[in-house]
Amino acid sequence: MAHPSQLGFQDAASPVMEELLHFHDHTLMIVFLISTLVLYIIVAMVSTKLTNKYVLDSQEIEIVWTVLPAVILILIALPSLRILYLMDEINDPHLTIKAMGHQWYWSYEYTDYEDLGFDSYMIPTQDLSPGQFRLLETDHRMVVPMESPIRVLVSAEDVLHSWAVPALGIKMDAVPGRLNQTAFITSRPGVYYGQCSEICGRNHSFMPIVVEAVPLEHFENWSSLMLEES
Amino acid sequence: MSQDMKEKLEKYRTAPFDARFPNQNQTRNCWQNYLDFHRCQKALTAKGTDVTPCDWYQRVYKSLCPISWVSKWDEQRENGTFPGKI
Repeated sequence: MAHPSQLGFQDAASPVMEELLHFHDHTLMIVFLISTLVLYIIVAMVSTKLTNKYVLDSQEIEIVWTVLPAVILILIALPSLRILYLMDEINDPHLTIKAMGHQWYWSYEYTDYEDLGFDSYMIPTQDLSPGQFRLLETDHRMVVPMESPIRVLVSAEDVLHSWAVPALGIKMDAVPGRLNQTAFITSRPGVYYGQCSEICGRNHSFMPIVVEAVPLEHFENWSSLMLEES
Repeated sequence: MSQDMKEKLEKYRTAPFDARFPNQNQTRNCWQNYLDFHRCQKALTAKGTDVTPCDWYQRVYKSLCPISWVSKWDEQRENGTFPGKI
């Protein structure tokens, strides 16, 4: 989950997020190298007393500093497109969950077998137990079986919202009247937090998302319990 | 045919990939299966045959469609204001 003074991404909890993380490291390294080089050249140019007024052109260096950037761009584009197509691969989900955005809470529907639906409100700060996270915890979590492909259909009942879980590399707009599909697999069990990512009114910052990935038997027990409660 | 259908329904986990709706926007997938179920039911009931083959469409639309959409459409069908052709 997010922590104070965090600089990078949260630890990846899905294979897609791992890929995105590595791609980001790769691209940022290139950016740092180029920036360092340019900064060095600027400092060198500014701090020298030498002058040269007699070089007018040079074919060789022109070729180098055209071809080299083109090669660098290709080295960035190829992994980028690989991940883009990877994210679009046809997957065969084991479970479909609908995440519906409301003002100001999410509701989750698991209707593959029975009609299970419940609301997920943020736990107000004054009601938190010690150890819980402010503005991130909810009364009901979206529980999923770990290491299983899950399809999430995101929509909204009133205004625009957006369902985001950074650790899974997911952000999907919730549009009234539209069903937006995304999918994920959790690589490991755990609890993953996210927050509404589209301005939706006064409590936009107070409708978080919590995904809890558990072994299949725990998921089955949980869903039976939830069905009984409702 | 009916035996295959029964096996398919027993092994049902969730709505499978539908090549007619390969992209992010699955609205039409939900709508189409809802329509197909009710059309199938109407047609097979009129013929007087077994309506079990229609259950597939029902499982798929129940998986995909938000509960509020389904209730709204069911109410519209009862009122005669449903926008689709069944």
